[in-house]
Amino acid sequence: MTSGEGVAARQQARTAYSFLTPGLALFFLFVLIPVIAAFYLSFCRYDIIHAPVWVGAKNYARIWEDIASRGVFYTSLRNTAQYAIGTIPIGMALALVLALLLNTGLRGISIYRTMYYLPVVTSLVAVSMVWMWLYDPSYGLLNYGLELVSRGLSFVLRREVVIAPQAWLGDPGQAMAAIVVMSVWRGLGYNMVIYLAGLQGIPGHLYEAAIIDGATPWQRFWAITWPLLKPTTAFILVVSVIGASQVFAQVYVMTNGGPNNATTVIVHQIFQNAFSFMKMGYASAMAFVLFGLIFVMSLINLRLLRGGEVEYV
Amino acid sequence: MRRSALQQGVLHLVIAVGAVTMVLPFLWMVSTSLKPEPEIFRFPPVWLPGRWEWSNYREAMEAAPFGRYFLNTVIYAVSVTTSNLLFCSMAAYAFARLRFRGRNVLFIMVLGTMMIPGQVTMVPVFIMLKHWPLVGGNDVLGAGGHGLLNTYPGLVLPMAVGAFGIFLLRQFFMTLPSELEDAARIDGCSEAGIYWRIILPLSKPALATVGIFTFTAAWNEFLWPLLITSKDSMRTLQLGLQVFQTQYTTTWDLLMAGTVVVTIPVLVIFMFGQRYFTRGIALSGVKG
Repeated sequence: MTSGEGVAARQQARTAYSFLTPGLALFFLFVLIPVIAAFYLSFCRYDIIHAPVWVGAKNYARIWEDIASRGVFYTSLRNTAQYAIGTIPIGMALALVLALLLNTGLRGISIYRTMYYLPVVTSLVAVSMVWMWLYDPSYGLLNYGLELVSRGLSFVLRREVVIAPQAWLGDPGQAMAAIVVMSVWRGLGYNMVIYLAGLQGIPGHLYEAAIIDGATPWQRFWAITWPLLKPTTAFILVVSVIGASQVFAQVYVMTNGGPNNATTVIVHQIFQNAFSFMKMGYASAMAFVLFGLIFVMSLINLRLLRGGEVEYV
Repeated sequence: MRRSALQQGVLHLVIAVGAVTMVLPFLWMVSTSLKPEPEIFRFPPVWLPGRWEWSNYREAMEAAPFGRYFLNTVIYAVSVTTSNLLFCSMAAYAFARLRFRGRNVLFIMVLGTMMIPGQVTMVPVFIMLKHWPLVGGNDVLGAGGHGLLNTYPGLVLPMAVGAFGIFLLRQFFMTLPSELEDAARIDGCSEAGIYWRIILPLSKPALATVGIFTFTAAWNEFLWPLLITSKDSMRTLQLGLQVFQTQYTTTWDLLMAGTVVVTIPVLVIFMFGQRYFTRGIALSGVKG
């Protein structure tokens, strides 16, 4: 080692630190400090106007009481879970089926891919507005569809079948389902493209060998495709759970948590408590509960899907 | 794997029906935006307006200062994209190509920030911007005014760098051959020169991917501008759409016209940059 190399190494390190400075400074200012501040605030009473007052674990105790007495935060947890269970399994299954269909070497695949991906690039606010119009109880396209179905059934069954128009977003029993359907529609293209990328990474000779051995398509799927897609599935699952835990914009636009709290979700509660009720400490405690939930769920998902990873050469 | 013509046809049909269902809401949006008011409430609904009411668009744009919203959104999205491209690529270059102490620890910390939900940091960042010293009527201690709330820096700064962009660009930089760099170093080129004259020009596709993702996300962002702006003159397009909804009525034709206008820019970018979207997904390491 000559001293020249030492100088070069030091020079390189100095360049590295100066290159990192703007990015790391922003992270420090807008992520690290706020996380610490949020943790502190979650132990305070704070309304933005008056200085924060330390209240110990009171905010967390309130969350616990709320859950125990099935209060609003409990409702938001339940609704978020319903949203996740409603969107993730169906969304992923549909995306996989579509990716498999599109991966069969059909012509015109890029046009189809574009059409399926279109809702993904459109803003949540815009698609929420469009779906509110589709769900409109009096003039919406969906209720018209129901009427067409009832007419068709009447014709086929040769007796009067009436399917009443639905209130959709206005009905506490249907509102969450309506938001779920819209969200599955919006997210489908994203998961599909990820699955397509995963499928294209599977070497074709594996399938050729399986065909020579006389494996049926069904067997080929379960023996080759599914196991080799496991990392892709794990990735989509983790991202989807994180996304579902943080669902907000469509709820805020379409129902604002209503009717009767039927669609309020965790982030909606955080938002309301922080910026409508000015309970910033309580909201921060909720945010940390959300953080904890996401952390635990991500670990569980990765653990579940890590076991049994396979590699075929 | 040969398939019969019949199988091919059925496959096409299934996929096409699905694809049409996917774009149906968009067609309905455009159709509604061009209808005269009575036709909106016609039952059964009609797909093609009897008379094409282009004036809906003018009326929608006049219902609120949409020109201003558009300008704000462009400024916000372009600033966020530019700063992300610059700061992410600089950090990614250091992580991918330079040797220094603490490289791995710092990189893992940057990746770790991706796990923190924005909702955790939202409240403190809001307070920090409000009490930013010496701006927006604030004194040295950050009291007295509105700080960076309702300003472009307030909107842009907290979004100016992202862990995902750093990660994506680092992955790409690591795939570049080092011969060019070594040759440049021997010729006495500085590290900054290598970054600017060699690495960046070779990384145009990756930069395009990060740029398009960042721009689309910023254009579509809702919660953040909702928090940071309260003045009408600082609002963005996504927030502007709410003027068509009052508590009791919604003017659907105008709302849909507004929605079309808000959506078109990202659709155009998507059409032209489609391959960068898919490449980004492949780059994020999701291969079989």
